[in-house]
This record gives sequence, structure tokens and C-alpha cells, in this order.
Amino acid sequence: METLPTIWFVILAVMWLGYLFLEGFDLGVGMLLRGFAKNERERRLLINTIGPVWDGNEVWLITAGAATFAAFPMWYASLFSALYLPLTLALLALIFRAVAIEYRGKAVGRRWTEFWTWAMWGGSLLAAFCVGAMLALTSTGLPLNDNGDNIGGPFAWVTAEAFIGGLGVVGFSLLHGLLYLGLKTDGEVRHRARRWAVRGGPVMLLPIVVWVLIVQLSNDKPWGWILIIGAAASTVIGWLLARQGRELGAFLAQAVFLVLGVASIFSNLYPNVLPSTVSPEFSLTVSNASSSDYTLGVMLIVAVIFLPLVILYQLWAYSVHGFRLTVEHIPPAHEVPVAIRSHHEPVGARDSGGGHRDARDRPESAAGE
Amino acid sequence: MDPVLIGRWQFGITTVYHFWMVPLTLGLGLLVAILHTMYHRTGNEVWLRATKFWGKLYLINFIMGVATGIVQEFQFGMAWSEYSRFVGDVFGAPLAMEALIAFFLESVFLGMWTFGWGRLNPKVHLGVLWAAVTGSWFSAYFIIVANSWMQHPVGVELIDGRPVMTDVWAVLTNNTALAATSHALAGAVSVGAAFLLGIAWYHLWRRRVDGIDTVDENGRVVVGEAPLVPGRDKADYSVWWKSLRIGGWTAIIAFAAVSLTGDIQAKLMYEQQPMKMASAEASCHDSTAFSVLTIGDLSSNSCDDVTPIIEIPGLLSFLANYDFTTEVPGVSNLIPEYEEAYGTHMPDDPMYRDYAGQKIDYQPSMFVTYWGFRLMIGFGALAAGAAVFALWVTRKGTVPRARWLAHLALWGITAPFIANSAGWIFTEMGRQPFVVAPNPDPSGVDGVFLYTAAAISPSVGAGSLLFSLISLTLVYGGLMVVELMLIIKYVRGGVVSAMPEMDTNYTPTVKTSDDDVLSFAY
Repeated sequence: METLPTIWFVILAVMWLGYLFLEGFDLGVGMLLRGFAKNERERRLLINTIGPVWDGNEVWLITAGAATFAAFPMWYASLFSALYLPLTLALLALIFRAVAIEYRGKAVGRRWTEFWTWAMWGGSLLAAFCVGAMLALTSTGLPLNDNGDNIGGPFAWVTAEAFIGGLGVVGFSLLHGLLYLGLKTDGEVRHRARRWAVRGGPVMLLPIVVWVLIVQLSNDKPWGWILIIGAAASTVIGWLLARQGRELGAFLAQAVFLVLGVASIFSNLYPNVLPSTVSPEFSLTVSNASSSDYTLGVMLIVAVIFLPLVILYQLWAYSVHGFRLTVEHIPPAHEVPVAIRSHHEPVGARDSGGGHRDARDRPESAAGE
Repeated sequence: MDPVLIGRWQFGITTVYHFWMVPLTLGLGLLVAILHTMYHRTGNEVWLRATKFWGKLYLINFIMGVATGIVQEFQFGMAWSEYSRFVGDVFGAPLAMEALIAFFLESVFLGMWTFGWGRLNPKVHLGVLWAAVTGSWFSAYFIIVANSWMQHPVGVELIDGRPVMTDVWAVLTNNTALAATSHALAGAVSVGAAFLLGIAWYHLWRRRVDGIDTVDENGRVVVGEAPLVPGRDKADYSVWWKSLRIGGWTAIIAFAAVSLTGDIQAKLMYEQQPMKMASAEASCHDSTAFSVLTIGDLSSNSCDDVTPIIEIPGLLSFLANYDFTTEVPGVSNLIPEYEEAYGTHMPDDPMYRDYAGQKIDYQPSMFVTYWGFRLMIGFGALAAGAAVFALWVTRKGTVPRARWLAHLALWGITAPFIANSAGWIFTEMGRQPFVVAPNPDPSGVDGVFLYTAAAISPSVGAGSLLFSLISLTLVYGGLMVVELMLIIKYVRGGVVSAMPEMDTNYTPTVKTSDDDVLSFAY
């Protein structure tokens, strides 16, 4: 048994877990911006529930990617190059999403806000789908040759497994987002989130459960069933708790479900990290895909020091922003004044329209100089 | 079409673009942290306004750095899988350290700072900003450690044809990395400084042409105010005046640091990558002179087509070796040395695709390296010269009413950006045809090198690469317009744009029982 590569395999599972757990609700909240949120006030409320923390959550993805590079360069190279097109889409989606969160409120105007709402909604949806598809494919395999290169062409990733995995993360994130909103908001939004979670939860979790079962059935590790039974039990408990309005309980049950689900996928996969569907001997495993023991050892020291530290200060960040938000907490949008001018009439000119109109409609107040 | 070429364009465009946001994040972040510290120390409203205004612009820019940075983390594996396999044992480590140590710090604490006004204890609130800025600066260090290993591979042993890390300390203290990190950070500070200087000049100029500030008979400023315009009071003058002076002095200090660290880098380049130095000089034969102007067809990449016109004797030797007589080797003499050491032709191996068995051109693009080097130095010096001029012109407390000077100050912001980009393009293109450059220097490890042509992903076709090249370029181009638009909008709005509470036209309509309206909300 390869000790260090195995430890790193577990650390990577933890990192993906951290990513899905934390960014899961960010992505879910992003997808709820349309359909769930009824008006602009509510959309801003939703964005602000993740406002202070979303960027830290996304670093889990960066870290998982970089740590894969450091610990399993062959896995990193084979998986990412085989999924070139879906990853390009995921990157574009993540770009739009990130920029949307920051820029949406930076200008006032219907078209501007609407564009960024779509960007955040679509970006969240596409990112969740692509990440899910990628994780599904690394657990079910790609047509790799002896060099670890994909020989199935640029669309080798278009498989039922990828589709189910993509839907799995989308559905999971939606439910996770609803449960998060139940914890983080108050008033009408809180109650609606709970209603949606109770009614839609089982459907939302269906694809991820199918994915877990596919991985289990094709690898058939006996302990996997124990994890799956635990995961199933926690979803049922979570659903019952959500129905009773015990939001924290439901959220924690969802967390337990995720831990056990991810554990079952990764433990079924072990010792493979990326199976080859061409021939089992071309499969990437913890031993043939990993870095040297020296590198793994150095990085283990770094991870042992910094991972707990990161979790600690991230917990602190959540505790500072741990209060429930309502639409009343959200200050009205501030329209940045069009170029500050100080001739004698401009103040009146700015007042004449009142309200917050599209900046484009506003006449330049100063007679040029 | 050649996938290697498309892949290089894709990497070049995404990385250069990313590095427009990054130096501003690094430089402006430091300056905002200093402004916030001043506010914390003095409690003076002027510093608070400066912190909020510059902090707002910092955040608008920061997010673009984050968004474009995600691409960086994935594209090594996506387009350059052979590279990733070859270097993975050593190259992935600094990237993972960057994510674990720097990115988390940066993003978690910046979120705390943004939403922390009035919610965190003031001391803690200041602390989280410094933590975020420290994170940014450490990320610069780690990524340059990774990059420097490609310029000067150290700390590894060659096992089965693949470098395996044996000494992480050597990788982290690679002299190339230490020199390049300090150089890049100093360059980033000069970007932040020019940003403060140019925009503060614009607002001081606006105050003058709007008739708020005037000058007395000695040319000294007489500060006024426009009571009807929110945000145009006397404290507003101080915000811009202090920003302008801080920007000016910082630009000068940064340029001194850039020069010193750049000088160290030149010495290392002479030792480690003599071909890059020769190409940057468009010098064919061994020489001691620094070329100020070389004419002819640099793009033909042939020594016969270029003629040095103005040269400073001895300067090149000084850059390379601190004397005036060392003969710095020229391209013509280096090519045979490289051919002897690394062969004349690419191995006839399918991993080299179209390049298998081809003759190797060891000379990087002379046009790019020659002009990249000169644009870097030229625009860096221009930015510093402009700062000296600006400090002198404004010595009596404000700026002249001349419109063209205000335009110049704003356009001057681009100078250090151009210098930064040119420097990176020079140093990366100067490494070609290698992606991991071999080092004749005894401190390098013999035999550790990789041709760019062998680094591309074998399974990714030209079509996929072209798709990402085009889509990313279009999206980046669009977002550039949006970012500039927002920055211009917030700049023109002045401090009020970052402090809605100062705007008398803005009345928060929300009434809550617990007074807990967020002090900041998206």
C-alpha cells in the first residue's frame, strides 16, 4: 500500500468535499436568482447572503485543482486535457459568475442588472453542471491510452455518466442553496426556501443518488453500501427535519449526506484516480499518477499546517456574518453620480428626475468648459 | 493549423490580460492598506474618504483578477498536459502552496474587509485588510517561484528523464525567483502609484476648472468648496492632494526598487539564459555595448538584417557583470553552443508532432525581445519621470488648469502597465524555444529542459484550442470594456461614488427596528 499517495487521495477527496459543501450553496443561490426570487429586492438579498464569503468558497476549487497538480500530476494532466471543452465552458461560467456578483450592483439600470442576473444564474448553472460532469467522469472513466491521453476525440466526455453527474451537482446545489437560505434569511424568503426544499428536495437529489449508485455498482466495494445506506438515511432525516422547519438540522443532514456520498464515490474509485475505459492497465491510479514521496511529504506538511488554519479563519468569517438577513437589511441601490460637477445649477439637475433612473438617460449636467 | 501556436497565443493572451489586473491589485492593495492605517491612526475623515474611494476602485479591479486567475490554475493541464506531466513533481507544489497559503487568505479576508465596515472592531477591520494584501503579495511570490523554475530549474534530480524534486528549499529560494518577485512587486507598486497620481490629478484639475480651488498671486492654492455639490468640500481637496503626493513619491520609490531588482535580474539572465540577453540586444556578435536603437528588419530574426545605430559602449557589460569590458556573447556565437549541448534537431519522436525531426531554432524572436526589453525600461522610466514632474508642478498645492496636462496625467496611468506587460512578454518569449529553459549555469541541473513544442496536450486538437482562444479573448475583451467603464464612472463620481452616505440626493428609504442595514451590500 502506498501510504503518502493514499493520504493525498484522501486530502483531495476532502478538498472536493469542501468545495461542494461551500460553493454548493453559492451556486445554488446563484441558480435561485431567477424563478425563486420574486423581485429585485429579493435578488439582492440572495446575493448578499453569500456576498462576504463566496470568493473564499471558490478558492476550494482552485486549491483542489492545484493540489491535484502537485500530488497527482498525471491525473491533473489527463483529466483536464481530456475535458478541454467542458472545462473551458466551466471557466467561462465561473468568470461571468464572479464578475456578476461584484458588478451587478455597481451601476443602476434595468438592462445592466438584468444582464448580470442572467450571467450569475447561467454561470452558476453551467459551472455546477461542468464540475459535476468532470467529477463523474473521473469516477467512471475516460478513453485513455497508455500515455494517459484521451483517444475518444474532443467530445469523449459526452456520456450519460457525465450528464448524470452534471445534473447531480446542479440538483444538489439547488437544494443546498435552499437550505442555506433557510438558515441565512428571514421572512418570506426563508419560508419559501423551506417550502421549496421540502417539495423539491427528493427530485433535486435524485441524479446525485443515481451517480453514487452507478459508481457503487460498477466497483462494488462492500463498505460502499454502508456509506450509501448512511447517506440515504441522512437525506430522509434531513427531509423530515426540513418539513418540521428545523433548518439547522436539515442543513447538517445534507452535509452528512454529502460527506458520505463523496466518501462512497472516492472509496469505490480507489486505488484508481481516473479509470481508462480502453483498458484497465491504462487506468491512472494513486501509485502511477502521483508525485514523488518527497513532494507528497513536503506538501503534506504544508497541508497539515494550513488546511486547519484555513478552516478556522473561514469559520470565523462565517461567524461574523452569521446573522439572518432580510430584505430590510439591504440598503437601496446607490446611483453613482455622473461626473461630479460644481457649476451652480447641477444639484437641481440631478434632483429633477428623482428615484434611480438609468444613468444613460441622464443629461450631462454641466455646460462643458 | 499548428496547435502549439494556438496554444501559445491562448496562454499568452489569457496571462497577459490577467497580469493587467494583478499589478493593480498588488500595488493599489498596499496603498489602500496604508491609507486605512492612516485613518485608523489619526481618525481623520480625509483618510477615511481616501480609503473608501480607492478601496472601491481596488475591488472593481480585484474581481477581474480573481475571475481571470481561475483560468490560470486549470490551463496548464488543459492545453499543456505533456508539460504538466513533465514538471508536475516540482511545479505543482508552489501552485498548491499559492492556493492554500495565499489565495484563501486573500479572498476570505477581503470579503471580511468589504463587508466589515461598522461590523468589525476597527483594529480587526484594519487587520483583515492587511491579511488580504499579504495574501496577494504571497501569491505573487509563489507563482513567480513556479515561473522561475521554468527559467532556472533547481532543486531537482533527473530520474527516468523527468525532473523529481529533491530540495524544496532550493526551489523556494531560487535566486531567479527572489529577483523576479521583488522586481514584479516593485513594478506592481509603480502601477498603483501611477493610478493614484493620475486620478488625483484629474480631481484636483476638476476642482480648479470648476472654480472651487484657486491660486493666489504667489501661485499657492486657495482651497474652496462648493456647498451645493455633495462631496466637494475642503476635505475633498485634501483627499486628492494627499493621494497625489503619495502616488508621486511612491512612484519614485517604486522605480528605484524596479531598477535595482531589474539590475540583479540582468546579471542572472546573463548567467542563466545568455541567449535571451543576446536576443534582447539584437546583438549578433560578442559585445560590450548596449543598443539604444537598432534598425533593420528585426522580425526576420536574422543577424544580417539589423544594424545597430546608437550604442552605449560598456553599458551592456555593466548590466551583465558590473564592469565595462566583459564581452557579452552574441547570438551567432551562442547558437553553436546550444546546438552542441542540446542537439541541432528535435528528436524524431511522435510527442513532438509536426516538430519531430525538425531543425531547432534556438534564437527567440528578436523583434519581441528587443522591443519588449526597451518598452519595459522606457515606459518604466517615463512613469517615474512623470511622477517627478508632477511633484514639482504641484509643489504649491494644486495642479494647473491646463486640460492637456490632466489628460496626460490620466494617460500616464497606462505607462507602468505597458512596462509590466512588456517585461513579462520579453522574459517569457525570450525563453523560447524552451518552455523549461536549460541552464548552462552550474547552479542549474544538467539535462532538465523541455521544448515548448513537446509541451502541448497530445489529445487536444487545434479546433478545441481555437474555440477557447476565441471565446476567452472575446469575453476578456468585453469584460475589459465593462471594467474600464465602471472605473471611469466611479472615478468621475468622486468620493461620493464610494460613500453613498455623503450624497444628499440619496436617502435610504429602509427603516428597520434594529438599525442593522448593511453598511455595504452588493
